[in-house]
Amino acid sequence: MTTADPISGIFAALADPTRRAIVARLAEGEATVNELAAPFPISMQAISKHLNVLEKAGLIVRTREAQWRRCRIQPEPLRDVASWVAQYQRLWEERYDSLGTYLDDLQKEKP
Amino acid sequence: MKTIAMSTPAPTELVMSRTFDAPKALVWAAHTEAEHLRHWWGRGNPLDVTIDFRVGGTWRFVETAGGTDHAFRGEFREITAPDTFTWTFEYEPMAGHVAVETYSFTEEDGKTTVTSTTQFTSQKDRDGMIQSGMEAGAEQSYAALDAYLVKLG
Repeated sequence: MTTADPISGIFAALADPTRRAIVARLAEGEATVNELAAPFPISMQAISKHLNVLEKAGLIVRTREAQWRRCRIQPEPLRDVASWVAQYQRLWEERYDSLGTYLDDLQKEKP
Repeated sequence: MKTIAMSTPAPTELVMSRTFDAPKALVWAAHTEAEHLRHWWGRGNPLDVTIDFRVGGTWRFVETAGGTDHAFRGEFREITAPDTFTWTFEYEPMAGHVAVETYSFTEEDGKTTVTSTTQFTSQKDRDGMIQSGMEAGAEQSYAALDAYLVKLG
């Protein structure tokens, strides 16, 4: 992924189920790395790698308070993606609603 | 009411599926014949349809919405009637940014599900295609984000 196309980076980051779960967890509030790692049967090193990907995609930020490393979500980049998806979906909702009505009409015409 | 199931299984891929209360032959015809397409593809807006439904054949739809013409075009790449077809999709003001869409049709109990898989060459292309006039109002919405995250799961 190149930095010239950040949202491709976001999609790539979200293509992994563990990373989606981390994002979903952080959407509920900040967490330490240990807290984030708890539900997953994988090593801390693996969690760290996932966090690096999410951080690079701009989806999370990591802070340090005393000895605790905390993570929180950065929703702004996701909003761009969600906005695009919502628009595309709306266009197709309209198109397919129109098709649904048309198919109903066609079938009513039949004897 | 949202009736389309949507997912993004890969970074530049979008999958949508929608079920219609109609037999497959009819839903297939509605997607592949000009006489049917002009009744629905324009979402109620006037639609001019040119379609040469065969592999290598081209299509061009012009939707008149809000006093403006929006032209879409492409070429049929694969056809396996009445199960699946693949076309390229290009919005003319964004010429050169070509998405590849595969539509598949499955029937169960007299209802037909249409599943489309759209492959974009980049996220920038997708954005451009939408933002360049296809639809107005790029509202940034946390509600959409919530729904999106749920669907990602």
